[in-house]
Amino acid sequence: MTVNTILPEIVLTIAALVILLVDVWVKKKEILGYIALLGTAATLIVALQSLTDRGYSFSGMIVNDEYGLFFQLLFLAATFVVIFMSMHYFRENTQMLGEYYSLLLFAVLGMMFMVKAADLVMVFMGIETLSLAVYVLSGCLRDDRRSGEAALKYILLGAFATAFLLFGISLIFGVTGSTNLAAIANAVAAKNILGEPLLLLGMGLMLIGFGFKVSLVPFHMWTPDVYEGAPVPVTAFMAVGVKAAALAVFLRVFLMALPGLNDNWRPLLIVLSVLTMTVGNLIAISQENIKRMLAYSSIAHAGYLMIGMVAGGDSGVPSMLYYLVVYTFMNLGAFAVVMALGQKGEDNLEINDYSGIGSRYPILGFVMTVFMLSLAGIPPLSGFMGKFYLFSSAVKEGYVGLAVVGVVNSLISAYYYLRVTVMMYMRPSEKDIAPAPMRWSLVLALVITTFLTFQIGLFPSFYLELAKNSIFFLK
Amino acid sequence: MLKGYGEILFYLVLVVGFSLFALGLSHIIGRKTYSKEKLMPYECGVDPIGTARIRVSVKFYLIAMLFIVFDIESVFLYSFATVFKELGMLGLIEIVIFIVILVVGLVYAWGKGALEWE
Repeated sequence: MTVNTILPEIVLTIAALVILLVDVWVKKKEILGYIALLGTAATLIVALQSLTDRGYSFSGMIVNDEYGLFFQLLFLAATFVVIFMSMHYFRENTQMLGEYYSLLLFAVLGMMFMVKAADLVMVFMGIETLSLAVYVLSGCLRDDRRSGEAALKYILLGAFATAFLLFGISLIFGVTGSTNLAAIANAVAAKNILGEPLLLLGMGLMLIGFGFKVSLVPFHMWTPDVYEGAPVPVTAFMAVGVKAAALAVFLRVFLMALPGLNDNWRPLLIVLSVLTMTVGNLIAISQENIKRMLAYSSIAHAGYLMIGMVAGGDSGVPSMLYYLVVYTFMNLGAFAVVMALGQKGEDNLEINDYSGIGSRYPILGFVMTVFMLSLAGIPPLSGFMGKFYLFSSAVKEGYVGLAVVGVVNSLISAYYYLRVTVMMYMRPSEKDIAPAPMRWSLVLALVITTFLTFQIGLFPSFYLELAKNSIFFLK
Repeated sequence: MLKGYGEILFYLVLVVGFSLFALGLSHIIGRKTYSKEKLMPYECGVDPIGTARIRVSVKFYLIAMLFIVFDIESVFLYSFATVFKELGMLGLIEIVIFIVILVVGLVYAWGKGALEWE
């Protein structure tokens, strides 16, 4: 049965629909979070068995392979943490809880279809399912002006970027006569049209569309404003989930459909990677708001990740996937701490507010230090191992200059990450911060992310093997 | 390479050309009167009362959105109906799933009070 190949997605859809229906009749809204957890767990169990139906299905629209599964597992793990964070965050603000959880699951559904897509039409469907849900999610604090501003900015710029992507897809379809990724690669090779201007234009337009979603400089302008305005759990979800999904599909489309244009997109990506790292890190230095700082830090991390895509091959792509896993958990953890210190959710967001936290709340201070050091790339934490593999793969493939830029940028980034740590431990507290009583769910989110930030760095071989096995489609 | 797009170009030229032709012709041979009444905004033949730029209640948008959703549903159903026999049982099951998802949406909208005007 071909239906088996999308069984995880079906389970997730049912869970999201059930949440909508339960929300209408049930008064106790806390149950919605548990249903979302249950749905995610069920999807995870089904997804783990999805490789028994390996290969193409639905007339070449869907492909079941290790690459898709790798990302689906990453997304579902991140979704667990985001739901735990949301259960803490929305305990008072229950106005839109049903919509929140079902939109979150629909966004994950879009992500899961994106990484399984073997056809540009399916890629587009996945991206839209994800984007439409996230546009609404970023505006879900209805009484907060900044949240509305974030949603409006995101939807306007997102629609603009989608137009670029679609135009690129249509041009590539026009030149090669297919939207199927493998068929495009075959057509490019068979018709000998590497220099065809329309093909190059299509590639460039798609690059812009993906670049927007991944927030590469110069397509990053929306990122800080949207990340600042959106509620913290949604920001965390965008910074890890949306970015990882966009990168995954970016990588698959370019390596599967346009490997022949290697010499055209690789130099572009080198320039974008250097720009993204440098601009992201330099602007992050001057940020006073922790959410904006993390937004610029996520831009800079997109630049590091691009190094892996540039290096490519057997070392570059796995190290990029490994770094994505690392990045997901350390970033989620940092946002979880931001949330723990925000009283009603959106308080104490200035970096100055963090002064003295280290002595007053030693555990929170320690956990935040772990995430900051990991983001800066300091051993033995996972951020260091991730950067080590990325940069060494770049050196191995002959991109020494790019690796040097990456290392220099890590040094710059250490300044603003360590600044938070210095604030927490070496300044007397300026503000009387009493975090709202922590719920078990947030504690669990913090424990999971802290544990993984250590574990992935100390025992990297399991994750590296997974990443290496997941790039079957390249061979 | 671009073969097959010739028809589209021809059609594009035809469409633009015809529009220009029709508008231009009426511009050239039509009679022109510029009376005050003619330049007024048209409101069913009644003299306009006040400006037309008023705030529209957000409820209209809600109704419009619901309308579009079920309009699209019927569009899908029409195209499904034309190939009903070829698709067989599987097609029927799929369209039922499609409708069930929309019904869930309707139940949700109903339960949340989107269909009430107050």
